[in-house]
Amino acid sequence: MAKIDLTINTDLARKILAGFIRSEIQRVGLQRAVVGVSGGVDSALSCFLAVEALGPQNVLAVRMPYRTSSPDSLEHAQLVIDALGVQSVTIPITEMVDPLIARDPQMSEVRRGNIMARARMIVLYDQSEAFKGLVVGTGNKTEILLGYTTLYGDSACALNPIGDLYKTQVRQLAQAVGVPEPILTKAPTADLWQGQTDEGELGFTYAEVDKLLYLLVDQRYSPQDCVEAGFAPDFVQKVVERMRRNHFKRVLPPIAKLTNRTVGYDFLYLRDWGT
Amino acid sequence: MIKSMKIKVALAQINTYLGDVSRNLEKHLCLIEDAKRQGADLILFPELSLTGYVLQDLASSVALSPRPEDPVFGRLLEASRAIDLVVGFVEEDSRRRFFIAAAYLSQGQVLHIHHKLYLPTYGLFDEGRFFAWGDSISAFDTRFGRIGMLICEDFWHASPPYLLWLDGADIFLFMSASPGRGLSAAPKLESARWVEQLVQAYANLFTAFVAHANRVGFEDGLNFWGGSAVFDPDGVLLAQAAYFEEGLTLAELDLNQLHRTRARLPLLRDERTALVQRELDRILRRASQANR
Repeated sequence: MAKIDLTINTDLARKILAGFIRSEIQRVGLQRAVVGVSGGVDSALSCFLAVEALGPQNVLAVRMPYRTSSPDSLEHAQLVIDALGVQSVTIPITEMVDPLIARDPQMSEVRRGNIMARARMIVLYDQSEAFKGLVVGTGNKTEILLGYTTLYGDSACALNPIGDLYKTQVRQLAQAVGVPEPILTKAPTADLWQGQTDEGELGFTYAEVDKLLYLLVDQRYSPQDCVEAGFAPDFVQKVVERMRRNHFKRVLPPIAKLTNRTVGYDFLYLRDWGT
Repeated sequence: MIKSMKIKVALAQINTYLGDVSRNLEKHLCLIEDAKRQGADLILFPELSLTGYVLQDLASSVALSPRPEDPVFGRLLEASRAIDLVVGFVEEDSRRRFFIAAAYLSQGQVLHIHHKLYLPTYGLFDEGRFFAWGDSISAFDTRFGRIGMLICEDFWHASPPYLLWLDGADIFLFMSASPGRGLSAAPKLESARWVEQLVQAYANLFTAFVAHANRVGFEDGLNFWGGSAVFDPDGVLLAQAAYFEEGLTLAELDLNQLHRTRARLPLLRDERTALVQRELDRILRRASQANR
């Protein structure tokens, strides 16, 4: 196996990411951020970075438990809130979600999970307007590349500071910024159903897949190059196919072109246009 | 005996408002005042300092003509009566082509305009889609000696600095909007390491002063890392701005260092330009025959 080192300089990452959050929020005339805090390491890191950028008084941490959510999740989210001294609110989603789920007794876990993720998005965007803050995203590079996310659910945000960090790098940075220990050491889970873990659902570990993704994406290795570097052919195949199949989650919906100037093709401006 | 001269150069490491020329102009005038107060003779702004970098479809709407009757250049030319200045902007020429450009203004005059020669159009860059390619390069005389200006990707190619050197430039003014990338365990981004090594290498190779102004701030998810720097003809770092922070950094250039360094290390004297031309002719001839 090729030696792959995903270690990052955490001081540098912190400086850039806090600067990014501050810039993207303040240039639209706001001072505040809203973060859905699940009790996991990704949202904990986003919340810590938002506080570094804006100060605790300008960050609202939102806890959104469902009735089957693990009590640990709620407690771990509270650890983040207490460690940072941010403003916080707890808005359970059970009453929003259950009537829709009750319409179909056969509903799969994936469908229920997607409904929960999208209900949380509704809550966060409502808090965004109420608190006058932008929703800071919590999706990391690994899950974005694998498409391990609910479109318009947990992937929805106004800006994402951690989307270019692999999961193993998120853990490293989270430790450096002071995310509480129980959050760093527990198994990652979307906690959409009982006993769910990311690695169980994906069928491989983050430690393995991050190295493979680093070669495929960052180092532009071909799948064959990755096999020669020591990765199992079926693992490489599975990950490459997953990336391709989920690309739709990474782009805006294509607009059918009719006129000479069409949003997305030849109407090109950054979001920061004019600021 | 050449009379001794020291000049004070100010590097204006700024963030910009994307596509908002008038707000950027105010920032320029503010820093120009500041540099004047600190006794600077010359102030150097980064690439596209008047417009911001990822302009895309804004390129045509922020374009300027560097003439006194242009309201933006009118004010900059006025400011240049007290201090020489180099600004980055989009130039629209008389044929309505848009160039990434740098202007050297001095004593109310436009002394020189450089059009960016190399437009990176790969990876995260898309300049060739929106801008015309510059097609000439020359050094020019100033009250401080002969100067050459280059913009970012221009000095990733060895030939533009080399041509400026042969054309008499003893002071190189480089301007960038370099997006930060390449995070590893190292305390510096890879992009910062690459650019700093290049800039320093030119000071060494050409036994010349090299000043580099890079911008800071963010445009969407891109960060610009700053770290503007000045090297002397020995390749010694004279001054460097902080990474990621706006600010004005001053450096004194003792032009007599050119005399001392080149007495020790006569690379310019020994440069074999006729050999370069002969071999380049041969190489190009061979290449064109191979393509037939």
